Amino acid sequence: MEITLNVNGESHRLDIDTRTTLLDALRNHLDLTGSKKGCDHGQCGACTMLVNGRRINGCLTLAVMHEDDEITTIEGVGQPGALSPLQKAFVKHDGYQCGYCTPGQIMSAKGMIDEFNMGWPSNVTDDLTAMPDFSRTEIKERMSGNLCRCSAYPGICAAITEAAPDEGTSKEAAE
Amino acid sequence: MTEHLKMDKIQPRLLDETGQGAITKPTPRPEGPLKVSGTARYAGEYKAENMAQGYLVRAGITKGTFKIDRDSVKDMPGFLGLFTDHMIRNSAQGTANTNPVQPGPQIQYLGQPIAVVVAETFEQARHIAHAVKVDYQREDDATPDFSTATNFKEQEKKSLSQGDLEQAMADAAFTVDATFTTSPHNSAAMEPHTALATWEGDKVTVRGSLQMLKYNQNELADSLGIPAENVRLLSHYIGGGFGSKLGIDAACVSAAVASRHLGRPVRVEMHRNNVFEAVVLRTPSRQRVRLAADKDGNLLGVGHENWQSNLPDETFSEPIDTATHFLYGGDSRTYATHVARLNRPASGSVRAPGEAIGMLALENAMDELAEAAGIDPIDLRVRNIPEVHPESGFQYSSRSLAQCLTEGADRFGWSDRKAPKERREGEWFVGMGVASAARTNILMESKARVTLNPDGTALVETDMTDIGTGTYSILSLIAAEMLGLPSDQVTVELGDTDLPHASGSGGSWGAASSGSAVFLGAKAIRRKIAERLGCDPDALRLQDGIATGGNVRRPISELLDGPVTEEGHIEPGKQEVTQAGFGAHFAEVAVNSVTGEVRVQRMLAVMAAGRILNEQTAQSQVWGGQIWGVGTALTEEIQHDHRTGHVVNNDLAEYHVPVNLDIGDLDVLFVDERDDYANPMQVKGIGELGISGAGAAITNAIYNACGVRVRDYPATPDKIFPHL
Repeated sequence: MEITLNVNGESHRLDIDTRTTLLDALRNHLDLTGSKKGCDHGQCGACTMLVNGRRINGCLTLAVMHEDDEITTIEGVGQPGALSPLQKAFVKHDGYQCGYCTPGQIMSAKGMIDEFNMGWPSNVTDDLTAMPDFSRTEIKERMSGNLCRCSAYPGICAAITEAAPDEGTSKEAAE
Repeated sequence: MTEHLKMDKIQPRLLDETGQGAITKPTPRPEGPLKVSGTARYAGEYKAENMAQGYLVRAGITKGTFKIDRDSVKDMPGFLGLFTDHMIRNSAQGTANTNPVQPGPQIQYLGQPIAVVVAETFEQARHIAHAVKVDYQREDDATPDFSTATNFKEQEKKSLSQGDLEQAMADAAFTVDATFTTSPHNSAAMEPHTALATWEGDKVTVRGSLQMLKYNQNELADSLGIPAENVRLLSHYIGGGFGSKLGIDAACVSAAVASRHLGRPVRVEMHRNNVFEAVVLRTPSRQRVRLAADKDGNLLGVGHENWQSNLPDETFSEPIDTATHFLYGGDSRTYATHVARLNRPASGSVRAPGEAIGMLALENAMDELAEAAGIDPIDLRVRNIPEVHPESGFQYSSRSLAQCLTEGADRFGWSDRKAPKERREGEWFVGMGVASAARTNILMESKARVTLNPDGTALVETDMTDIGTGTYSILSLIAAEMLGLPSDQVTVELGDTDLPHASGSGGSWGAASSGSAVFLGAKAIRRKIAERLGCDPDALRLQDGIATGGNVRRPISELLDGPVTEEGHIEPGKQEVTQAGFGAHFAEVAVNSVTGEVRVQRMLAVMAAGRILNEQTAQSQVWGGQIWGVGTALTEEIQHDHRTGHVVNNDLAEYHVPVNLDIGDLDVLFVDERDDYANPMQVKGIGELGISGAGAAITNAIYNACGVRVRDYPATPDKIFPHL
């Protein structure tokens, strides 16, 4: 089936098997291998990417469902020499070891920061109607869909905490 | 030229004199920007022209034989081939260096890879692999269940009896005789095993997810029946290993076989389910620990017997009692290892094989002894640190165990610890626990080539791997320190069997072994520079590209008329010492008085692992160990179907590795230490020391919080709340 995928601001025409996940379309057909395949089950978060600004697991959705969507992957966030604040903070705080979950962690953090800005509550938010605190517990809860077997969670939290203001955490959320 | 060192005797502490200041201090990894931008490529992220896709077919029965019906799928879209030859039953064991069991038509566990289907696309191959008709001849004598297994056989070479433990137990003022059980674990590295094989003539190149290329090259060659020199392996980035990628895997072998048949490159990706079945798991264990102590808590005897399992014909058994041999004293000592042969996925190395589960039992038993004797658990441990190895009589090469325990106690606030159930915060009981950490230190043969260029850059080349442990970083730091360069001037090339053969990553020996090879290569370059400067090598100082010695000071660039290349080669020597990393783990947990849920609020690891090469990557390794300790203690448990051996929770939703919110505050402290016997850099391994004992500190803290002893790991709420 022929589709057009808009990835990182570029449009790609693809003739693709309807069974192909969005993740495999990116990895196998567009050579965008930054999004990782850890479980192919939506269980590990390594394939987290943004679709129309929201974080999703690329392995749990089919490529043919994303005609006209704006897809952002780690490649679109920053490359060596021009890294985003979050990417730089992950390097500084050793927010990884093997690096395989890392693109998913960073994409998830980007999506999460946006969710904060819109005041979305989480399972650890006490007051569902107030602006949530950008607290460590909130970050940890909201990042718990991204597994890191090397267990770099302390570095991941430090990196997100440091970079969030530069990534556009709204003032209310950051305070 | 090759600078060779057999580590027979202690070496001068050159790294204390070099002065560049590259090593030890926290330094971000050089490959970091590649990893955070998705630019670092892992095995499954390469393509080759005309590449086909392979998918493994899993056995659907526990024991028997199979015939696969190729005709049932040969007309499906994209079908290119279906191959069963050379298929390996499970991954090779670490350092096996030969082919794993190749059972032909025999099935010995449910989930065994029995064939590879190859098609034009991944989606087609997956569909065909699920559709293919397999005829099974079942055999009804399968033995898949550990809890009812009866065919245990004692591994006599692993047994030891010294003195009279029965008498010591009878004479003792205080005793512990407790049985512990631990669950099977999966390494669950984030990157599933993947391989891309390409043949040119009779030579094959395989990009794989592998930890130990030198061994893997021989294992793959042996599996295919070709000479090792016809195999080239590439593993530049590996998405975690933890033991699961020590040996050649079914993805590599089947990709090579299919590619040879089809005459085109083939990529095989293991599905996450395959990773839980076709690789290796940590054995389940039953452990009986006996401790006999006099009225002052001094140990008179120690016993540590274990029961575990593996597939038939696997030589590996988990060395569960390793640390028990050398950690504490006591004259009477008994050990025994019993292995049952079961029809379920192979047992093999998972991070810190031996200590990771053996120290759960030993350190829990020490906690029970402290309780029985009315002695503080830290005092009990310190007073039982033996002067020499209680069995061999050897000295310890370096051992800062007492310092780790006592400094850690101060830092953690151990003096605030109360009796069980005395500290309550809302509906939570809060308590603290401690455990010693110990992990045997090993040096393995390793080679590396080091080149210094006149422009002040350097190149390190070796077939060593970086599985996340920080190899790219520490090898660049060692070369920078030795050659007097900023570390960003050093390029490190890894993961290619065409380069000098290294130790590989495993057993916590990677940094010390491959690092020593780089150290030696660089040392030979230093000697050449000293010659050209006209000074004694011992008087040479290299810093920021300037060589100083014998009252002469010149830029290194002026001393070189071209690149200087030297190879370093380290080999272990014969030494009569006991070598291990030591440390102390502390944990504070909260136990919910209603549900029995455990939350780890904070942990401290005080680690003594010789010289630390990069405090940042070393800290990350220890964080990893602490968090694996949380998983081991609280959540990780492979569940086998008792009837079939099937791994019921063969994915990352049902096998519970710790997630971000599971982890409280982690603190890591390194003790300044040098181990002169270890290697010419005086470093010891850190990657597995961080897990050894960590889980026991948590279960000891559970007892201190709520008064419930959990001896059956993991300590899930159902094992706690009925006893509250």
